[in-house]
Amino acid sequence: MENEKITSELDEIKTAAPSEISEPLKVADPTEAAAEAIAEPTEAIAEPTEAASEPTEAAAEADEPHDKNVKLMSPGLMVLRRFFRSKLSIIGLVTIVALFLFCWLGPLFYTQWDASVADYSGKVEYSYKDITVTRPDGTEYSFVQVTETGKDLNNLAEPSASHPLGTDKNGYDVLARLMYGGRISLVISFLAVFIITVFGVVFGGIAGYFGGIIDNVIMRICDVLMCLPGFPILLIVGTLIESWGIDLQYRIYYLMGFLTLISWSGTARLVRGQILSLREQEYMVAAEAMGYSTGRKIFKHLVPNVMPQLIVSMTMSLGSMILYEASLSYLGLGAPEKYAAWGTMINAATDSNILKNFFNIWGPPGLCIVLAVLAFNFVGDGLRDALDPKMRR
Amino acid sequence: MLKYILKRLALSVFILLGVSFIIYFLIRCMPVSYIDQKIAAINQGGATVSDEMVNSMKEAYGLADGDDFFGILKGYGRWLGGLVKISEETGLPTLDFGISFKYAIPVTEKITETMGVSFAVALIATIFEFMIAIPLGITAATHQYSARDYVVTILVMIGISLPTFFFGQILKNVFAMQLGWFPPSGLIDATKDLSGFALILDYLKHLFIPILTVVILSIGGRMRMTRTNMLEVMSSDYIRTARAKGLKESKVVYKHAFRNTLIPLVTSLAGLLPTLFSGAIITEQVFDLPGIGNIALSAMMEADIPFIMGYNMFLAFLSVIGVLLADLMYAVVDPRVKLK
Repeated sequence: MENEKITSELDEIKTAAPSEISEPLKVADPTEAAAEAIAEPTEAIAEPTEAASEPTEAAAEADEPHDKNVKLMSPGLMVLRRFFRSKLSIIGLVTIVALFLFCWLGPLFYTQWDASVADYSGKVEYSYKDITVTRPDGTEYSFVQVTETGKDLNNLAEPSASHPLGTDKNGYDVLARLMYGGRISLVISFLAVFIITVFGVVFGGIAGYFGGIIDNVIMRICDVLMCLPGFPILLIVGTLIESWGIDLQYRIYYLMGFLTLISWSGTARLVRGQILSLREQEYMVAAEAMGYSTGRKIFKHLVPNVMPQLIVSMTMSLGSMILYEASLSYLGLGAPEKYAAWGTMINAATDSNILKNFFNIWGPPGLCIVLAVLAFNFVGDGLRDALDPKMRR
Repeated sequence: MLKYILKRLALSVFILLGVSFIIYFLIRCMPVSYIDQKIAAINQGGATVSDEMVNSMKEAYGLADGDDFFGILKGYGRWLGGLVKISEETGLPTLDFGISFKYAIPVTEKITETMGVSFAVALIATIFEFMIAIPLGITAATHQYSARDYVVTILVMIGISLPTFFFGQILKNVFAMQLGWFPPSGLIDATKDLSGFALILDYLKHLFIPILTVVILSIGGRMRMTRTNMLEVMSSDYIRTARAKGLKESKVVYKHAFRNTLIPLVTSLAGLLPTLFSGAIITEQVFDLPGIGNIALSAMMEADIPFIMGYNMFLAFLSVIGVLLADLMYAVVDPRVKLK
């Protein structure tokens, strides 16, 4: 019994022996596997670049379900998607495009009238007068006297086929003026916002980057500018500009230029605040180590990171600039009547006869202003929701 | 805290000096001074004014230093020097803005006289603005992306987008001219001799459309502020916890979320300080109210230096104080904020 057991054990050993012999081979295997494993990552690295260069092919070839669920999107694309998800921002964008087309392409199609050519095609005016006559015998007769007067200037015309929105009190066509006036209003607000942003970025960037005394000086200037009352100052500057003998046509440009000089402080504060926190980040240390110039560090590495907030505030202030221009025009500081902007056109409503009876003169420009400001606000809101990570759903 | 306030106040003095210099410089650069206008008026009346008289007038009004840079600087120094006077009665230093050229009474007196109307309009409008805008903002935030949110947002955005004078003009046209419910302009009915309660009622009748204009135009900003802050708070973790505890939704919204939304709203109250007193220039213009904005506008047109300086410095002072108060309130309302 015991022998058998031993032999069986021996057998086991014998049978085990071949496996023992093959073991060295197995030992060799891991090294190979390791070598393969080392080789594989390089392949694995190589593969994604191929996949990236031909993403559509790779997706079509590898017909696996998880690849279908993975979508490659750049941050810009994501922002765009989020932006277009909101209906209001689409409405805003469409309105802005429509207004621009109306103002710039409109006059190409609507050629009957120019903005500063009065209509002298003539007009017949009727005036009515009630007259009561008492006869000697006591009976009263009352009749209406109608006076027909013809005159050259066709002003205050009702909307008609030749004047879709009528004419104003100088005989100018309201629709044509609406188009040309829109150009002035839109160009002015875009220019003003652009200049404000440039000032704000430069001063805010410098203040935030350098800190210390420079920061203190710039911020105190901002404080002073913030305390300047806007309208009173602009009124004073308005009369000043007049005394320089500048063509009244360009006065509103100068005024808005001055407005940009005193209103960049908000943008500067925004930029400075952002840069103060960005300045401490590692990539700025890297930029320092690379030996980049200060200008490059500020405007190439810091400012682009403030862009999202900046774009939002720019869009919002576009609307407020249009309102500013309109209000200045209302106070009589805008473009002269011949080169009316939208604000100047509403100004006609200070005449109580026009206010009461001729909505077609002052209503449309007001509506255009409301549409433009509303559209800019919608787009600004949509952009903020799209760009602000806090707002993500 | 006290050190912080003192530091800020000291800084404010410099800010106010800067503001006053800029404004003074600009007024003195105006092409037609008050004296020029006066003399032109006298000349038109047929009388001639000798150069001696002109010079003595300029001397009397403190404009004799010439209109070059150093002359203006001297004039500014004189204005600044006359600003602080020691009161004879109490012996305490008081501010004296001088006597208005145009109205011929002390500037402070004229300002306090015309302030009432503007302040009443602004105060009532602000109260209504908060009362309407905050609930709207909360419903819009709690029903984000719903039809209600869209309707409220669009309506208040239209409010923001309306130019003051355009909207004022429309309301005036509809309610005063066409319907005749309210008087179109002015502050009191001159044809009636009213007193007591009837007088107040008449005031309210005249101020109704101006206040309505201001309220509708300003709701938008406040509502959007409420909505944004509310949304931010509603997505924070402690609100999820509150819901997980099984609290009622109304309790979550009004007790937990709204309290934190209040922080920026309360601090923005302090920032409103200058707007309460500045008077709405355009609204007062449209409805012909004798408020401070309207008075300041005509003073501006006639280069009434003491009044313009007094009015603008008063506003600048209020905005400096308003910003300081806002920062202080922030620390009071939100214990996490530490002032340095």
